[in-house]
Amino acid sequence: MSGTESVAFDTPQRERRADTFAMWVFIGSEAMLFGAIFLVFLVAHIDFGPAFAAASKHLSLPLGTFNTAVLITSSFTMALAHMLAVHRRWRAAAWALAATSALGICFLIVKGIEYTKEISDGLAPLLGLPFRYTGPDPVHAEFFFGLYFTMTSLHALHLIGGIIVIAGMIALWPTSTPANRLRRVVALGLYWHFVDIVWVFMFPVLYLINR
Amino acid sequence: MSFGIPFFPQEASSEAGHVDALFYTLLAFSVTLGLALTGLVVGYAVKYRVGSPADRTGKRSRSLPLEMSWTVVSLVIAFVFFGWGATLFVRRDHPPADALEITGLGKQWMWEFRQPGGQREINELHVPVGKAVVVSLASQDVIHSFYVPAFRVKQDAVPGRTTRIWFIATEPGRYHLFCAQYCGTQHSEMGGWVTVMAPEQYAAWLNSQSEGETLAASGEKLFGALGCSGCHGASSKVRAPSLEGIFGRPVALDNQQTVIADERYLRDSILKPKKEIAAGYEPVMPSFDGLIDEGELQMLLAYLKSLSRLPKAGAKP
Amino acid sequence: MTNAAMPGTYLEEGSGPRAWLLTTDHKRVAWLYLISLTAFFFLGGAMAVLMRIELATPAGDLVSDDVYNRLFSLHGIIMVWFFLVPSIPATLGNFLLPLMIGARDLAFPRLNLVSWYVFIFGSLFALFAVVAGGVDTGWTFYTPLSTLYANGWVSTAAFGVFIVGFSTIMTGINFIVTVHMLRAPGLTWFRLPIFVWTLYATSLVMVLATPVLAASLILIVLERVFGIGIFNPDLGGDPLLFQHLFWFYSHPAVYIMILPGMGVVSEVLPCFSRRPLFGYKAVAMSSMAIAVFGFLVWGHHMFVSGQSAYAGVVFSFLSFCVAIPSAIKVFNWSLTLRKGEISFETPMLYALFFLALFTFGGLAGLFLASLAVDVHVHDTYFVIAHFHYIMVGGMVTAYMAGLHFWWPKLTGRMYSETSGRIAATVTFIGFNLTFFPQYVLGFDGMPRRYHTYPPEFQFWNVLSSAGAVVLAIGYLMPLFYLGWSLFRGARAPGNPWNATGLEWQTSSPPPPHNFETMPVVTRPAYDYDMKGLEHERFSPHQEEAAG
Repeated sequence: MSGTESVAFDTPQRERRADTFAMWVFIGSEAMLFGAIFLVFLVAHIDFGPAFAAASKHLSLPLGTFNTAVLITSSFTMALAHMLAVHRRWRAAAWALAATSALGICFLIVKGIEYTKEISDGLAPLLGLPFRYTGPDPVHAEFFFGLYFTMTSLHALHLIGGIIVIAGMIALWPTSTPANRLRRVVALGLYWHFVDIVWVFMFPVLYLINR
Repeated sequence: MSFGIPFFPQEASSEAGHVDALFYTLLAFSVTLGLALTGLVVGYAVKYRVGSPADRTGKRSRSLPLEMSWTVVSLVIAFVFFGWGATLFVRRDHPPADALEITGLGKQWMWEFRQPGGQREINELHVPVGKAVVVSLASQDVIHSFYVPAFRVKQDAVPGRTTRIWFIATEPGRYHLFCAQYCGTQHSEMGGWVTVMAPEQYAAWLNSQSEGETLAASGEKLFGALGCSGCHGASSKVRAPSLEGIFGRPVALDNQQTVIADERYLRDSILKPKKEIAAGYEPVMPSFDGLIDEGELQMLLAYLKSLSRLPKAGAKP
Repeated sequence: MTNAAMPGTYLEEGSGPRAWLLTTDHKRVAWLYLISLTAFFFLGGAMAVLMRIELATPAGDLVSDDVYNRLFSLHGIIMVWFFLVPSIPATLGNFLLPLMIGARDLAFPRLNLVSWYVFIFGSLFALFAVVAGGVDTGWTFYTPLSTLYANGWVSTAAFGVFIVGFSTIMTGINFIVTVHMLRAPGLTWFRLPIFVWTLYATSLVMVLATPVLAASLILIVLERVFGIGIFNPDLGGDPLLFQHLFWFYSHPAVYIMILPGMGVVSEVLPCFSRRPLFGYKAVAMSSMAIAVFGFLVWGHHMFVSGQSAYAGVVFSFLSFCVAIPSAIKVFNWSLTLRKGEISFETPMLYALFFLALFTFGGLAGLFLASLAVDVHVHDTYFVIAHFHYIMVGGMVTAYMAGLHFWWPKLTGRMYSETSGRIAATVTFIGFNLTFFPQYVLGFDGMPRRYHTYPPEFQFWNVLSSAGAVVLAIGYLMPLFYLGWSLFRGARAPGNPWNATGLEWQTSSPPPPHNFETMPVVTRPAYDYDMKGLEHERFSPHQEEAAG
């Protein structure tokens, strides 16, 4: 057990490769989860194109675009944290991680603002709230909003999970070995980039239909 | 039916024989292959058991020609069966041109059929022999499935869409109709009979669909199928007023008033049960507004009225 | 357990609740799973016995409609998700995978322990639904019954299953990484035991299919709790969408359930024939083929659902294709016996019974894949017979084979061979008596999930119910003689069956980190023919001389 966290591995390098591989497998699993729901959306989009396009216009393009920029920047700070960790600049890396989670929280706040607006506009078909959509084909527009809330809240949950793990990592930073720190940053970086990529697909699919 | 033990189901439709031919061929193939493999394995187990004097020289533990052969043979057999089944299957989408059009509505927990002339049947379907029948299936609530084993036909009834099934009955008789997609509490009781009659008898039956008697009998079936007897029945665990002789009887309400149970009261009790609560009972009855239509309401009322006309006969709810 | 512990073994290393409930030793985690899964098996089994007693008579006189519907729903949920899916992987797999590849533990030991806690949390969450009043949607949760009409604790049960799904994914990731990265020197992929191949294939399916189940269940909960109408036609949704999502997971799930059993049988048959597995590469590759093809056939559960005939034809074709790799394995297993030295110890009996019952159930699958026949037998007892032949006749039998084969390795004890053989035979007889009549019932038209039935179906139902009693006895017996062996069984040597495989090169039970020195592999798997035909089989009377 020479410097490895798991008794199974002989060297930290091998353990890091295993962690990375495991994270890729997990990402494959998550791709199936988001893929399933994306597929549902795509099938519905094919069936109800015009209703979906009209409903999509009621989403806030400025806020969505801003959020996209925020998340892409957070992936940049995450990559920065990785690079700094490779160069063993641990303090700077911890700051980069903190910046990543701050940007993630910013995303969530903006998303919360969007949700609030949509609920007060009567566009949220949840919990029996009144649905006050004035465009054509309100039944299928309601379906669009149902999918919108499902997909974005699932994404947000994954983002929250990532933020919590970053917070935990930062808290354990002082007491963890360099090998563990590097290993965890690499694995978490993969996860964070994946969550970002999911948003990069979700944003055009939800906000940019027929604009 | 051999020795009273059911084994071979009856074939009563034009397609049944074709389906059975495929089934029995598959059965023969399976039995043959199963016996062959059993013989092989048992044979090896006996011949090569520990201590037996069998010749064990020349052992192999792989053989590419063998693997290829049994893979190819299996594929060929598989595709033959696939093709046969698929050919029969696609005929489901092509009913004969001059078919009788029947609509079937599935709902918890009953079937309601309408003949082309408007005659309604609950849990019963009368059809003429030798004539193609198309049943357009819809569901009012959850997914049900129209299944007549003797015809070898089955089709799910899905809410939000119409599905279709056709058959040509070839033998007069009465055949089970089952709901084959689990649909809730009384799924196993959601069945009935398909009655196949000679064309003249079918025409006569159509003409004889009279109102009075059939309404109350239909109402009795509805009473059971909609779950009314679940609370108002004698063996119910839920405390609900007895409906014996209800029509025309005074009913004490929980607001100290008394009303006569006339048609208006009975209608409101079914559609708006919370409007008037009988004294001493909890307001737990669900509303059937939107779940039954006017015609069915007529049947229920006829049935409830009949509970007064026959005070002693077995008209217990 | 402390009575039976042996010095220097993993059983001895630390005792008391903390040492077991906070263990990261894969062997102890395997025991945690084994105990929980056994409890769930008997709980689900009790529900089945109640159902069979009810079904001995046509009238619904034992329990009410609602109670019966809850019984069969919970029987399915418990048996599928809280027993069959984890069974071999989480017990035998957890215990044996590192041993079989020469590793000290799995790649992520703490993740392994977490997976058990997640399993317990999720299954208890769902069990709460049982106790609180039950779920009556069937284990398949079809919409809109489950979303809009079912009374009962649907969201709770669905959420419990959702949580257990994470346990499955964790196990899958752990196994995949372990097989890739922790094989001993010289252990190339094509020297791996087939049990490892099947665990690997199973893990791929676990990781890729379970998230789709998660999506399906989330969507149900969202519809019930938040009113979002994905499956509600009144809100623009489609009930059939649920079936596609659900079966996209649930068909691969049945391969999650059977592949490990195929792996076990591939270990037992060579050992007790003293022959290498016939067609090793074909068996390994067909395991992978089953895993891949298994993702392509989900629509064969939906031939009469309202999906297009064109889709039905495509799915039927692919379903026939997926039967081929399984057929290849059956042929290879059968030929393994040829020119061997065959003995009939308990594991071998179970393995041979597996061969018979799995083949029989698999052949019934051809009927179901065949479109025109499926129209008649879909949603009838024919389907129930088919999947019980595979899942119980196949998988549970294989599980028993594995449990008995590796019992000496897990516990360091031998069980009573006579009791084992009797129990195996009793289950074989009881199983066939229970489930063969159901093929006839299905062909005769008796639908499934029926609480009451027309009287003409009674004859076969009575036979089936009688069989269930015999089967229950057969399954209860091992509880007693295996339990007995923990305290009074003869001590087992390292390799009581004289089997190949790295797990047999260490003591029974193994030390905490499995091997004193890292093994190096130079020979193929199942090199029984190189070992010669010597038939040194451990006997309880030789406990001093052996090992």
